Amino acid sequence: MSIDRETVRKVARLARIAMPDEKLDVYAPQIERIMGVVEQLGKVNTDGVEPLASVVENELSLRPDTVTDGNDAASVLSNAPETMEGYFVVPKVVE
Amino acid sequence: MAERVKGETGEWEIVIGMEVHAQTTSHAKLFSGASATFGGAPNAHVSPVDAAMPGMLPVLNEYCVEQAVRTGLGLNAQINKTSVFERKNYFYPDLPQGYQISQYQHPIVGKGEIEIDLPDGSVKTIGITRLHMEQDAGKSLHDQHPSKSFVDLNRAGTPLMEIVSEPDIRGADEACAYLAKLRMILRYLGTCDGNLEEGSMRADVNVSVRKPGAELGTRCEIKNVNSIKAVQMAIDYESRRQVDVIEGGGTIRQETRLWDPAKGETRSMRSKEDAHDYRYFPDPDLLPLHLTSEWIAQIKQTLPELPDQKKHRFMKDYGLSLYDSSILIAERPRADYFETAAKGRDAKLVANWVINELLGLLNKDGKTISDSPVSAKNLGTLVGRIMDGTINGKIAKDVFADMVSSGNSPDSIIESRGLKQVTDTGAIESVVADVLAENPKIVEDYRAGNQKVFGFLVGLAMKKSGGKANPTAVNEILKKKLGESL
Repeated sequence: MSIDRETVRKVARLARIAMPDEKLDVYAPQIERIMGVVEQLGKVNTDGVEPLASVVENELSLRPDTVTDGNDAASVLSNAPETMEGYFVVPKVVE
Repeated sequence: MAERVKGETGEWEIVIGMEVHAQTTSHAKLFSGASATFGGAPNAHVSPVDAAMPGMLPVLNEYCVEQAVRTGLGLNAQINKTSVFERKNYFYPDLPQGYQISQYQHPIVGKGEIEIDLPDGSVKTIGITRLHMEQDAGKSLHDQHPSKSFVDLNRAGTPLMEIVSEPDIRGADEACAYLAKLRMILRYLGTCDGNLEEGSMRADVNVSVRKPGAELGTRCEIKNVNSIKAVQMAIDYESRRQVDVIEGGGTIRQETRLWDPAKGETRSMRSKEDAHDYRYFPDPDLLPLHLTSEWIAQIKQTLPELPDQKKHRFMKDYGLSLYDSSILIAERPRADYFETAAKGRDAKLVANWVINELLGLLNKDGKTISDSPVSAKNLGTLVGRIMDGTINGKIAKDVFADMVSSGNSPDSIIESRGLKQVTDTGAIESVVADVLAENPKIVEDYRAGNQKVFGFLVGLAMKKSGGKANPTAVNEILKKKLGESL
């Protein structure tokens, strides 16, 4: 799979990673090489093989429907750069 | 009865599919132990999992799974024994993880169907595509500060069921009927409180138009449609808009549009280029969910009688019309009220009283049957008194009005106000004789062949008896007396 500058730019934007133009030519071939390694997996015949969700044969554990957490807004907010009246405060975003 | 949009080039058919987000009734959130209750001080119902603190892992709420299965069964749908949680990736300040945990390729519930009841009394089947579980995002407030947004994560992680319909809906009436029926089923099941105002049920409406019989047109998804009335208005507006665009030589772009209830229009949401590139992948923090047949069967046994089953039973067992049955089953307490009142009575008569008198009265005051000033038992007794001839239908209305204002039982009202129907033939005969003696001209008219005045004479006799005479007896005696020779 060939990875061009535009693909790198798009992936970076989707991941909200700053990507200066001069770096595009650095990362494009690197990502292309990674994709090449991953693509080798496509050569394996997986007909009739179920996807493996986990290497340990565990079942998904479930929790009972009881309230055991919360009511600690101070802790929840303690790492926030800015708060007001119990809210997180962020630069204005209007979609 | 599909609605059509009239355009310059002829009629257009409206094709609609709905996506309804219903908040699952549960105490705790879908993947954490924080409260899922509506409201609360900002960020009070938040656990480190909901705030996406590093290292926190989601653990699925068993009850929410049960409720999703229960809802699926109520939608006559296939329950998938294996389903998978995936991450839907996007960035927004009220989504701390940077992804929403949802189900994508393998939802917990597959294809199903429900019946909707249309205003003209007909019934239509609407296909359900799927139901999947997902977590809600938090809430952003944009109007508190000129350059800042405020974020409250109380809603982040609350459990939702997204219910997707097939594009089987044709027009606003059907869409409203679908939403109403879905809400009814959820409330019967107790899996969602169906409260549109508080946002525990939200609808996205996919609208497209086409010439009847043609291929499906390009659809637009309309968001922020938060009441049944808004569904009606948004569809009317959007279908008209699409027809105008196409007939004006334009094309419809697949996009998300926002319903603006204040302006009564839909408008394009500024959509960033990559807004829909969600890059779903299975959530590595959660194993696939496996359900056993035994558990599904166990949940099935706890299902209540559902609206459509009840509707068909009312028609079959009580001989009610489809229309009457649909009204009575609209809310579970209403159906229960009817059944209590109808026990051992003429069910059709009881249905008439519940629908025409009681619901008429309650609707006028914006109340529901749970606020009824008249108990089901008392209404049943009232109908019983009509049936056994104690009072006639007209007096019954007086008694009913008294029951509403005084809260007394029908028997005590009939007794204390002396409303008992006069069935004593002698007494009625004397009333009738008086009426005939006082109205010789009308009697003459009648005998001369003017049959129409008969009803007038009945009315006079009823009035003279204070409304208490048995109308059938009055009719018979009057006919007999008028038939007698001069």
